[in-house]
Amino acid sequence: MSIINEMKLDFLSCPANEAFARMVISAFILPLNPTLEQLGDIKTSVSEAVTNAVVHGYGEKKGTIRMRALLDDAGGLTVEVTDNGCGIRNIQQARQPFFTTMESAERSGMGFTVMESFMDDVEVHSEPGRGTTVRMSKQILAPCPAARRA
Amino acid sequence: MLTHEKKRGTMTVRLTGDLDHSTAGRIREELDELISDPGIRRLVFDLSGLTFMDSSGIGMMIGRYKAMMRRGGSIAVQPGNAQVDRLIELSGLYQIIEKLA
Ligand SMILES: Nc1ncnc2c1ncn2[C@@H]1O[C@H](COP(=O)(O)OP(=O)(O)OP(=O)(O)O)[C@@H](O)[C@H]1O
Ligand SMILES: [Mg+2]
Repeated sequence: MSIINEMKLDFLSCPANEAFARMVISAFILPLNPTLEQLGDIKTSVSEAVTNAVVHGYGEKKGTIRMRALLDDAGGLTVEVTDNGCGIRNIQQARQPFFTTMESAERSGMGFTVMESFMDDVEVHSEPGRGTTVRMSKQILAPCPAARRA
Repeated sequence: MLTHEKKRGTMTVRLTGDLDHSTAGRIREELDELISDPGIRRLVFDLSGLTFMDSSGIGMMIGRYKAMMRRGGSIAVQPGNAQVDRLIELSGLYQIIEKLA
């Protein structure tokens, strides 16, 4: 399997960039002709990861969020969202449905559950005080034999 | 964006555009203002005009659900596009909030 396209984007952790990141990932995958359902799943998952970086990773501070996306020749998408914010102490607990450290702000604790349901695979790497990377992947095209041979 | 219609004790709010973290705060404030009248016994979310929603919308709806329950009222939702519908389904919200046909 080899990479056929790649993008990297750095942006400030302001709420307006949540919609911006959704637009960018949509534009990036459009050439693959995703179904509306796939497009919706990917936009929602990216929105969850970027929002988490804004509200939990950086909070009151502003910092840089990096989004990196790869397309492989088997029709698979990988998206990484990275912040250099506060990090997550207990990743396993954070990924539990309805777990949130911001209940007062009416967060539902569903972000990771959404990413896990809408993407094929979700990895979370985090270090307290250093930041968090969420790496998600999803098959957009059914793998075609010709592409696999190439 | 939010428009509303009040008919006796029912407040129907129609949301349009994207409901995410960047828009949820403002919508929450407007909604709380709209339902501050204790005569309102029922809140209906019309999501048919939403173009996008993520978990920030789920949190906002659960918050209003709790507010209506505290006064013994009820809440219902007119579903939106397939993406919005799948998200609400996944969150389990349809188990506590009436889904209109
Ligand atoms: N980038 C991040 N940096 C620091 N902490 C994070 C980050 N992402 C998630 N977390 C932690 O993991 C918890 C769970 O995240 P998740 O997205 O599932 O729920 P939430 O953001 O609290 O609520 P919701 O996404 O439903 O609005 C958060 O409450 C937060 O404590
Ligand atoms: Mg979240």
